[in-house]
Amino acid sequence: MAMTKKQTRIALIGGVFAIASLAVTLVLVALGDTVAYFYTPGDLARLPNQPTGVIRLGGLVADDSVTVADGSEAEVRFDVTDGEAAKTVTYRGILPDLFREGQGVVVQGRLRADGTLEALEVLAKHDETYMPKEVADALKAKGQWQGGS
Amino acid sequence: MAAAIYEFANPQRFETVAQRVIPFAAASAVILLGFGLYFALIASPADYQQGDSVRIMYVHVPAAWMAMMCYSIMAMSSITGFIWKHPIADVAAKSTAPIGAVFTFLALVTGSLWGKPTWGAWWAWDPRLTSVLILFFLYLGYIAIWEAIDDKSRAARIAAIVCVVGFINVPIIKFSVDWWKRGLHQPASVLRADGPSIHSTMLTPLFLMALAYMAIYACLVLISMRNEFAERRLARLERGREEPVSTVRAA
Repeated sequence: MAMTKKQTRIALIGGVFAIASLAVTLVLVALGDTVAYFYTPGDLARLPNQPTGVIRLGGLVADDSVTVADGSEAEVRFDVTDGEAAKTVTYRGILPDLFREGQGVVVQGRLRADGTLEALEVLAKHDETYMPKEVADALKAKGQWQGGS
Repeated sequence: MAAAIYEFANPQRFETVAQRVIPFAAASAVILLGFGLYFALIASPADYQQGDSVRIMYVHVPAAWMAMMCYSIMAMSSITGFIWKHPIADVAAKSTAPIGAVFTFLALVTGSLWGKPTWGAWWAWDPRLTSVLILFFLYLGYIAIWEAIDDKSRAARIAAIVCVVGFINVPIIKFSVDWWKRGLHQPASVLRADGPSIHSTMLTPLFLMALAYMAIYACLVLISMRNEFAERRLARLERGREEPVSTVRAA
């Protein structure tokens, strides 16, 4: 059965889209979880060999872990945790506005021989919740708060 | 012959519709943008975590929505134009591209300005950021095809195929924050299954700005399409192949 010109065009554009979608889907499935932007402390603990280059570590800043060391330059020291393991991070530099205990962070840096991470950059993640301060305070007062800090 | 009249009459009908809609769209854009910016910059509260930098959201998020919407409109128009050889659809796709590119650029720049104070970085190779950057390059590539090929119907066909292939990127952008949970960009706040996670006082300026952007798009795309048709008519006149207007009116 011969196709009309219009049917040929429908088949052509549909076919191109289907093949391209299939190709992209296969690539995405193959990449899978390897497209992680960061390691978590738990991932690092499970790795047989610790990575030597610059890595990114993601997790929550552990409560009561942030300390500012004495010295000529202020060095901040804190633990990043994913609930499974924790990693101590040191950093010299300006922390983002949203950095605080309980906040999600992504730290970029190198692992030292003693197992701590020397951060070159500290990024704060923020969640998808937006509300005025008064509403947040009211929720906390009523004990209905579900967020972090 | 019938096809030739069809092709010619349609842009004329478009012309009469566009003439009526453009002033309405322009007026809506000005009013909505005025109210939107007032609510976004003055009348809305600061965020409990981010403070006043949350106001960048009202410019950034609708721009990102428009970036994806414009590309979707382009893809639908491209398919229509490719299959049914509809000249208005081809021109709609062509005219949408630069506007979508500007919205994408706006989303990238405002995102960068927002990222610095909140995340601590102007840019990160996060799945969401990277896929939007790819969207920007797709727009530029699409525009380049139209510029590179002189024969309009040939340019429309090739551009349509490229546009449809690139459309795969749009769902990737939308779901990048859900598929790759270990990115930097936060998940969707408005278009999510369990309702918006933005307080109502902040949703008002967000929606006003989104409507303002849509009105701006409607206004600009119609003007751009009129220009395109005028240019094509002029080119036909110069080639001396313009049919007498009376036969078109009679059709």
